[in-house]
Amino acid sequence: MSYDWIIKIVSDNWPMFIRGAVMTLYISIIGTIVGSIIGLLVGVVRSAPVPEHGVKRVLFKVVNAIFAMYIEFFRGTPMIVQAMVIYYGSALAFGIDMNRTFAALFIVSINTGAYMAEIVRGGIISVDKGQFEAAYATGMNHMQTMANVVLPQVIRNILPATGNEFVINIKDTSVLNVISVSELYFQTKSIAGNNFRYFESFFVACILYFIMTFTVTRILRFIERKIDGPENYIIYANQMQVATPEDMVARTKSANQY
Amino acid sequence: MEKLIDIQHLSKSFGTHEVLKDINFSVDKGEVVCIIGSSGSGKSTLLRCINLLEKPSGGQIIYKGENILDNRHDICTYRTKLGMVFQQFNLFNNHNALSNCMVGQMKVLKRSREEAQRVAMKYLQVVGMEQYINAKPKQLSGGQKQRVAIARALSMEPDVMLFDEPTSALDPEMVGEVLKVMKKLAKSGLTMLVVTHEMGFAKEVSDRVVFMDKGVIAEEGPPEQIFNNPQQERTREFLNRT
Repeated sequence: MSYDWIIKIVSDNWPMFIRGAVMTLYISIIGTIVGSIIGLLVGVVRSAPVPEHGVKRVLFKVVNAIFAMYIEFFRGTPMIVQAMVIYYGSALAFGIDMNRTFAALFIVSINTGAYMAEIVRGGIISVDKGQFEAAYATGMNHMQTMANVVLPQVIRNILPATGNEFVINIKDTSVLNVISVSELYFQTKSIAGNNFRYFESFFVACILYFIMTFTVTRILRFIERKIDGPENYIIYANQMQVATPEDMVARTKSANQY
Repeated sequence: MEKLIDIQHLSKSFGTHEVLKDINFSVDKGEVVCIIGSSGSGKSTLLRCINLLEKPSGGQIIYKGENILDNRHDICTYRTKLGMVFQQFNLFNNHNALSNCMVGQMKVLKRSREEAQRVAMKYLQVVGMEQYINAKPKQLSGGQKQRVAIARALSMEPDVMLFDEPTSALDPEMVGEVLKVMKKLAKSGLTMLVVTHEMGFAKEVSDRVVFMDKGVIAEEGPPEQIFNNPQQERTREFLNRT
């Protein structure tokens, strides 16, 4: 290993590395966010109570079957194969000329969505039954219960798993080089193809990948701690012991959030 | 006396296991009724059937003259008329004490934020938890949680409060603070239906005591009768054991 080469490769090709890293981050961020939204929707529908009778019940079963197929298919096939099928397949079979970046975003999103759907479903199941009962007893319907009580807790609980998906996405976007998306792996391959210094070039890529994943996990951990808040409640910290209800209403109006 | 809830021939089975058999009883407006009985006698199931957390297998629940087991009846609206307090508190973990008391008012009763906050503060003061409005459930002790849960139910301004063993999950030294709040409520003329193991509480505050055994109401009557002069052998046995 020669440090000179690494320095030379970085100083010659840093714009390409940066562009590749930015592309990788862009695809994995959008893919994780869109995938999480897909996962939330699918997971919520799949864990909803089955309607008791009529057309609704049939419709519900059909939708659930479609979602089940979607999840099984996208979890059960490699993303690299999905990329080939979706990108080249759509061009040859349907004559759709898909933008490469769009194809990349689409593949990563829909793939993440399949995993997230199951993560969300697990998250919903793990919320204490008492939370549902208390919400129902307050008069909320299933949608209100989900929106106001269950999903906020689910989102907190699945944050570590979502972070996992994010890290996996950062690394797995590298398979999108098969459809020539100019992400970090693709760029590094081009650089190495020019200088024939495979080890040094990919070593730089390695470090860039690690910086990205490590930063992301730290940020998510920080967010988790923020959401959790302090363990203990100190009465005098809120300075409200002697206030009248009227005072408190006025004072908490701005501070109160949900 | 106006009948608020009238239960007729109510039954409930889980699979082949019959938990409630032909229950008939009613709650009048302003009455405090305690349901006592050993574990597995169906007390909690009865309470949960009344607000439809368990779907009754048969019979009728008449609320203010309307059969709420009728398919057309809106369950959510009916449930807002019943305040439920659970054994395990079940405070919404993602809300602080104040917004636990506000979220139902705002989302279900469609009250404005100001109105909801005013009502919530009023009832948090009733239960003595006004100092803890910004505390999350995990920061509160069991007794404090249960008091907030009572305030949450009261904030919906229900016609009747249902208590499902509200002190059974509490440490002994916290039982007192919750019972004190409940006694205060009972004296204020609120209609209450309480499933409890606290015989002292039942004796002191209830207008009527219902003793349940093996899925049926074995005896019901004023507390003096049940505790001092029980008519049924089973009641006597149960009270001797406790």
